[in-house]
Amino acid sequence: MGKYFGKKLIIYIITFFIAVTINWLAPRFIPGDPVTSLLAQYQGPAAGRQMLETRLRTLFGLEGSLIQQYINFWANLLRGDLGRSILQFPREVSEIVKNNIIYDIAVLLPAISLSWIVGNKIGAMAGENEKIDRYIMPLFYGFVSSPYFWFAIIVVFVFAHSLGWFPTARAYGAGVRPAFTLNFIIVFLRHWFLPFFTMFLVGLGQWSIGMRNMVIYEIESNYANYLRSLGARQKLIRNYAFRNGVLPQVTGLAIQLGQIVSGAITVQVVFDYPGLGRLMYQAVQQQDFFVLQGAFLSLILMVLAANFLIDIIYMFIDPRIRLSYSEEE
Amino acid sequence: MAEKVLELKNLQAYYRHLKGDVKAVDGIDLTVNRGEIMGVAGESGCGKSTLAYTLINAPAHLKHMGGEAYLNGKEIMSMSSGEFRKLRLQNISLIPQYALDAFSPTKKIKTHIRDLVRQHGVSPNDEFMEKVKDRLKIVNLDPSVLSRYAMELSGGMKQRVIMTISSVLDPDFLIADEITSALDVTSQRFVANMLVNLRDKEIIGSAIFITHDLAIMYQIASRIMVMYAGHLAEVGPAEEIMHNPKHPYTEALISSLPRVGIQHTDTRLHGIEGTPPDLTEIGPGCRFRFRCSYRTDKCDETPRREQVGERHYTACWNYEQVGSDSNDEQ
Repeated sequence: MGKYFGKKLIIYIITFFIAVTINWLAPRFIPGDPVTSLLAQYQGPAAGRQMLETRLRTLFGLEGSLIQQYINFWANLLRGDLGRSILQFPREVSEIVKNNIIYDIAVLLPAISLSWIVGNKIGAMAGENEKIDRYIMPLFYGFVSSPYFWFAIIVVFVFAHSLGWFPTARAYGAGVRPAFTLNFIIVFLRHWFLPFFTMFLVGLGQWSIGMRNMVIYEIESNYANYLRSLGARQKLIRNYAFRNGVLPQVTGLAIQLGQIVSGAITVQVVFDYPGLGRLMYQAVQQQDFFVLQGAFLSLILMVLAANFLIDIIYMFIDPRIRLSYSEEE
Repeated sequence: MAEKVLELKNLQAYYRHLKGDVKAVDGIDLTVNRGEIMGVAGESGCGKSTLAYTLINAPAHLKHMGGEAYLNGKEIMSMSSGEFRKLRLQNISLIPQYALDAFSPTKKIKTHIRDLVRQHGVSPNDEFMEKVKDRLKIVNLDPSVLSRYAMELSGGMKQRVIMTISSVLDPDFLIADEITSALDVTSQRFVANMLVNLRDKEIIGSAIFITHDLAIMYQIASRIMVMYAGHLAEVGPAEEIMHNPKHPYTEALISSLPRVGIQHTDTRLHGIEGTPPDLTEIGPGCRFRFRCSYRTDKCDETPRREQVGERHYTACWNYEQVGSDSNDEQ
């Protein structure tokens, strides 16, 4: 067990290292220099300009050779310092990310977990029940095959534009101040619902289709046939099939996590809903490298942490993984 | 008079296909008494496994087309599935062909046993689990296998666990479908002897032992039924079938058995010319006539069953010639 844990941990550390390096490298290959563009707004004397430039370069960690910058970057990162925003100077990137990441968690956590749980239930039913399979599954295939942004546009059109049930844009109304009142919570939930709903539906289709296929396979497998031959009721066989069918779904969750998070980016942009996705989108447009880096880094950390958690869970739910590692020791 | 556990009367079961019905079990008559182990032999595709499926676990496209099957005097083919479900494991049970693959990988062996007996209203209490442990000892397994997963067991161990599970509620009739086919020779003999052992201890009432391995069948079966292309060819006491076959197919089957110690350079291995007929388009007549060296014009009619000895029947028009004249290849 410890061996499995250790092996996974090493893989995740390597992944993190490579991802962070690419994250650091990418903005530096984008043409344009943030300091130069900031200085363009300066209209004072030339000597002051020179001083300002040196100061800005130190502040952003852009002085010295690339190697030196890279080492400084890691040193700062390990202290939790993600640098400062160029656009919202001198706000710290870590603070901006912190303010935004709450919305990602508020939307993604319930959307992913609910769609996974409900999707698996519906999928298992569809695998057994031909009526559900025939009437609900085609709809779910539609959900899954539509891109997030397109699906978000449809949701906006139907629920916000045509029906007018939910507002779009921002996490709460322009005139409302965040407070712990019932009124604010309602406003917040009304804004929260559509991004959540979009993410939920696409996920729902995805997980139920996966589970449907697994259950069809499992209830025709040999152990199910054996149980049936010896007089087990369908309910017991269904339980056994579900127990085995859910394993690839857990793996699937780990594999899909990154894609879901990137889907959330487009959904946030369409709904103009705050979050790391929209933050990254704005940062790219305005060449705010450090915000882009910080947001990206947070996403990487989130996905890696969730993946690691799933790997640990998997060891507990699949005896084969557990046994194969305990035998090696 | 011996107690009949299973009686088949002209049982027919066809696979439904778009191209037509595959007549895989076509008019089988058979009686199995308490205490008997009935061997069912025949080449691949002759319907011997289909016979097992018809009796216990018919897939959706296998349809019962006629005839009756009585288990302890009760007709089971016309029973509702709910009613028949209760008979499973307690009265009729199965050791499947795929015993190596018959466990869910994520459940322990004891979970399988507990869940199964609960389905039949038996509480898996301590007393019951003690009985299970005793049963495991009979098949030479340590009781600790109960806490293991299937992946931790070897093929022979799985086969023996399956034997224990399938007989755990003392069924009157046990179908052993190709239970030795996937095992090495030592395990084969052990498993086959176990079946006899279960019968001797009266854990199972009787059994049919389906295999294509005539040698091992002869060792344990009290009677043997030979099937060919969905028809019954010959049925009788094991001794009679092996030493005094009265059907050309039985005779050919026995003569095609390989013998140890003879290389093909010394003696050619006997086979049976030709291939079994297509069971979709088959008409009346003896189904073996296309490959039979005793063939006469009469064979275009479906042969009657003739009694040739005590509880020994053959379905051949020319049974009197079989084994007696120059047609004998040996």
